[in-house]
Amino acid sequence: MKDITFGQYFPAKSFVHSLNASVKILLTIAFIVAVFLVNQYYFLGFALCFLFILITTAFAKIPFTKLLSSVRAVVFIVVFSAVLQVFFNKTGKVVFSWRFIKITDAGVYTAIYITVRILLIVIGASLLTYTTSPVEIADGLEFLLYPLKVIRFPVHEFALIMSIALRFIPTLMNETGRIIKAQKARGADFESGNIFKRAKALIPVLIPLLISAFRRADELADAMDARCYAGSKKRTKYKKATFSFRDAIGFITLGGLIAGVVLLNGFFGVIV
Amino acid sequence: MRYSCKNFVFLIYYLYSQIANAFDEKGGLMALIELKNVSFSYDKKTDAIKNLSLSIERGEKVAVIGHNGSGKSTLAKLFNALIKPDGGSVIVDGFSSDKKEDLFEIRKRVGVVFQNPENQLVASIVEDDVAFGPENLGIEREEIGKRIDFALKSVDMEDFRFRSPERLSGGQKQRIAIAGVLALKPEVLVLDEATSMLDPKGRKEILGIAEKLNREQGTTIINITHYIEEIVGYKKIFLLKDGELVFCGTPEETFKKVDLIESCGLILPRATQIANKLKRNGIPLPDGILTEERLLVELCKLK
Repeated sequence: MKDITFGQYFPAKSFVHSLNASVKILLTIAFIVAVFLVNQYYFLGFALCFLFILITTAFAKIPFTKLLSSVRAVVFIVVFSAVLQVFFNKTGKVVFSWRFIKITDAGVYTAIYITVRILLIVIGASLLTYTTSPVEIADGLEFLLYPLKVIRFPVHEFALIMSIALRFIPTLMNETGRIIKAQKARGADFESGNIFKRAKALIPVLIPLLISAFRRADELADAMDARCYAGSKKRTKYKKATFSFRDAIGFITLGGLIAGVVLLNGFFGVIV
Repeated sequence: MRYSCKNFVFLIYYLYSQIANAFDEKGGLMALIELKNVSFSYDKKTDAIKNLSLSIERGEKVAVIGHNGSGKSTLAKLFNALIKPDGGSVIVDGFSSDKKEDLFEIRKRVGVVFQNPENQLVASIVEDDVAFGPENLGIEREEIGKRIDFALKSVDMEDFRFRSPERLSGGQKQRIAIAGVLALKPEVLVLDEATSMLDPKGRKEILGIAEKLNREQGTTIINITHYIEEIVGYKKIFLLKDGELVFCGTPEETFKKVDLIESCGLILPRATQIANKLKRNGIPLPDGILTEERLLVELCKLK
């Protein structure tokens, strides 16, 4: 339970850490766009994206093994979608067939393509969460969502809800582990039976978890009230987001990446 | 010149309002926290607090003891204006929890640390959490920074400023929770069973910090607890039973009321229990033995 590191902050003092959070969120979105721009049949764009990730990781002073551990959380989805593509994609030449199973070259291509794409996106997104604390992400989002205030969207409340949710993920995860152990000690069986039986076995875990989450929410609300919380009215911020020259460098680098990807696509004569 | 004149008028007005706040309607000097005939009910059927009156002076160190369901935690929320009394009044430093505009004045003055340290921390970084209170008050950035320094120093957690509270021990988390309250510069620190989820070491740390704050900064301490041995050294003890104040006195006086304490479902400290049993068997020991050290000294005096 505890080794899902996706979305965990890795504190360090680095160039990437010091970038403005809203900028980093925009850059992450831009990175995802770049990954999507890569043409289906020429993977060189992916290589460029991967190079970008490696360089960013080095600059962020994050151990490269961290990248692998972020991927672990999505292995199932990746394998699942790849398998779907391999077995059910019927376009292209058939390269292998046995009884009713037909595997086409297009299917294999697409499977690899999708796998690389998902992995790159997950790694890119987790680079954001490794180098930006949840609070900074929430603040960054608050800044980016600020224009929505015009249509009376509760931006501050939304950001606070997000940061509290992030803050309680590890707490609730520990709690889940504890409840599972407690129920096992009472003879609950989570390992045997088919998938429906196992899903049903989780009910005695989910209900106590839900109840305790509500209790926590109640207590947290009291504690926040006790500390004079009154919504966004006349509230100040201790950590002020500042923009600097570094952020411009970030934008330029990512602009370069997108341009590179588009150029590589064009270089092979196929425009997306 | 015009500005200083204006400031002077404000100063006079401020002093006047402060002095006026310090007296009640009859002109008597008021305590820092004053509860008068307070009653409160969660479900409108049974009263969690029944007709309770008490007063706590500035700089005092008092304890509220009682069994589960005696209304202790309700009392903590009343002190802090988290709940409004159904009947009677709660006055803190001249501010009444009945008035909406006074709520934040009360909450600024009375900081509450709750039982579960985990459920009081809002942020994922220690300094952000400590900053939460001052941010709510609309305090300037630089001042917030100073308050974080001060608060973390008061609980000896300066080294953890940039860490995540996730990996801290229960006692350390509770210290951060205290720091979060201290950043509001409260006059009163209420510990609402703040030690009950901690190991003995954590408990000692928290009580030590409360002690230090009281001694060095003159913070009023209200320790709400069911560990009766914690009340040693406190000035005043309030004993609660079923929402009623059944006794108020010094720790020594409290420990003499053996039957009353036991009828409240509380357990006397071991040293007191042993002393009482010895006395019943004819060994001449004085009243009010609270600690094992004291029992030892008294036993050695015997011939």
